Amino acid sequence: MSELKVYVEGVGVWSPALGGFDALKAHLRGDSVDAPADRPPAVTLPANERRRAPESVLIAVEVAGQAVAMSGHAASELPCVFSSAYGDQLISDYMCATLASAPTELSPTRFHNSVHNAPAGYWTIATGCHASSSAISAGKASLGAGLLEAATLALTEERPVLLVCSDIAGHGPLGEMSGTRSSFGLALVLSPAPSPHALGALALELQPHPGQALLPPPMNGAWHENNPIASAAWPLMQNLASGEGECTLAAAETLALRVVLETTA
Amino acid sequence: MPVPIQPLAVSAYTVTSALGHGLESHLAALSSARGGLRENDFSSAPLACWIGRVDGVEGAPLPPAHAVWECRNNRLAWLGLRQDHFLEHALDARQRYGAARVAVVLGTSTASIGATEEGYRQLDAQGLMPPELRRPPIHAPHSLAGFVAEALGLEGPCLTVSTACSSSAKVFAAAERLIRLGLVDAAVVGGVDTLCDSVLFGFNALELVSPEPCRPFDRERHGISIGEAAGFALLERVSAAPEATRLLGYGEASDAHHMSTPHPEGLGAELALRDALARAGLRADQVDYINLHGTASQKNDEVEAALVSRAFPASTRASSTKGFTGHTLGAAGILEAAVAMLAIRHDLVPGNLGCTRPDDACGPQLALVPEQRRVNIALSNSFGFGGNNACLAFGRAAA
Repeated sequence: MSELKVYVEGVGVWSPALGGFDALKAHLRGDSVDAPADRPPAVTLPANERRRAPESVLIAVEVAGQAVAMSGHAASELPCVFSSAYGDQLISDYMCATLASAPTELSPTRFHNSVHNAPAGYWTIATGCHASSSAISAGKASLGAGLLEAATLALTEERPVLLVCSDIAGHGPLGEMSGTRSSFGLALVLSPAPSPHALGALALELQPHPGQALLPPPMNGAWHENNPIASAAWPLMQNLASGEGECTLAAAETLALRVVLETTA
Repeated sequence: MPVPIQPLAVSAYTVTSALGHGLESHLAALSSARGGLRENDFSSAPLACWIGRVDGVEGAPLPPAHAVWECRNNRLAWLGLRQDHFLEHALDARQRYGAARVAVVLGTSTASIGATEEGYRQLDAQGLMPPELRRPPIHAPHSLAGFVAEALGLEGPCLTVSTACSSSAKVFAAAERLIRLGLVDAAVVGGVDTLCDSVLFGFNALELVSPEPCRPFDRERHGISIGEAAGFALLERVSAAPEATRLLGYGEASDAHHMSTPHPEGLGAELALRDALARAGLRADQVDYINLHGTASQKNDEVEAALVSRAFPASTRASSTKGFTGHTLGAAGILEAAVAMLAIRHDLVPGNLGCTRPDDACGPQLALVPEQRRVNIALSNSFGFGGNNACLAFGRAAA
């Protein structure tokens, strides 16, 4: 099975406890870290959009903005892939509840914000990006499948790509089905070519029939367990913070993605 | 500049919509200009509009082994998979290449949200999802692709693309990249979207739904008619199926303009078109037929008509087939890719049903009635909310 290699040029992170990649690194060193504001600043959005935007859009735009700023690339030049297991669960909950009681009162704005590619739409509008943008999902494998999609895009198009993986906390009957109780986002800028400021190289290899390798570790109450992107991303985030290491992600229900982070310095 | 691609073989394809189950019924309807829209008999509360509903979905349960995926959207997927021997072709690819060497890449806008809506209408005494719908996998966007991968026993990369109305066009691009990099040898692509209250009342709230059957590109058009469809295609290297219709190229671009209205000059649509032609190594004057996005919304049709008029010679024929099927949203990409491939297979330019007096923006390319003429190269346009644009290029196998 062929191996793919992409270079990490930017990282963005947002959780209720960690407002960025530096906060993640400090946290992993054992330093105390101040929790970020409740609403992600998402400064890439124009102020009026920022006030109105749903949380799903704010988190995705926040981590995307962090990663692109670190990469030094112009956001307008980066094709982008937005991955999420559940999309905007709060809007879905609102829509299903409204449709059950008063369907003709459905809000048109919430409807057009309900599309899975709403974060991609707001991001490309805010950054003037005319490159391809995609919105994908792969259940609990949404992180690994997103990484695979972004890496294949970077390598075939021969240009850097922005990957944004995020999910927000759910609510109501739908929230109970998704089991998502906290919000989280991770973004990476992945380049097909080495550069002096890259954090490291990711070597990606598909591993069919992984058997036990995709079984989740026992639950121990850690913060990342109640978000599908965060729980999948936690091993990769630790490697990114330390600059090297290996982990195995789910790329599909029965397909593993081996991810080896190598230093390029 | 986009990177040119090697063509891929579309070794099998099928589609099911309001026009019927499978390709034959679509060919018959398109050749005779017989549409499939009906007065709305679907929504949970009255809504005066026309819809493109597929007959027989309710009576097509999933096999018991896949009962956890049971919902109307997956029933339509299962019904669609069994037309035109597509299931057999997909299982044959699995046999030839191995389960992990075949990808599943499917587009959907709303997946099985209809089942979630149903749950919210029937909440239990505690306000929770009722027992028969307490199945988490169907309340997520990946429901369709998860079901299809399981039903076909495929274990390669499995991806849902959900970019509104361009979803099941973009799947061709994602699959081509996986094949080009040698990660898989084949891919099942396609998409399914079913009628549900979310889209009927959602588009109604945006005042985009027509009270009469939709009339793409007509001066008197009054908005869209919503439909449903399931379609699938099997992509492989040309050497595996040298006689098959080919995917020659694709283009993807973003408007960067507005969430729910297209760029006024069709900037993203034109970038996607130019990208597709460049990737396929084609000039505009080589294109015989374009299946247009043509939703019958005021804005889309005005912008798309102007684009076709300025980018193509009169010898290129163009039509929207949404007057036949309604706008099938996340399934429109695969449905209309299938129409483009039928156009090549049968040398048929479908007519633009519903249009009698074309908008002033339309050029001479618009085909109002079916035309029998040689079609070697056909494009399909798909544009979605969020300014998400895709264009596909298909071609006849080289003689």
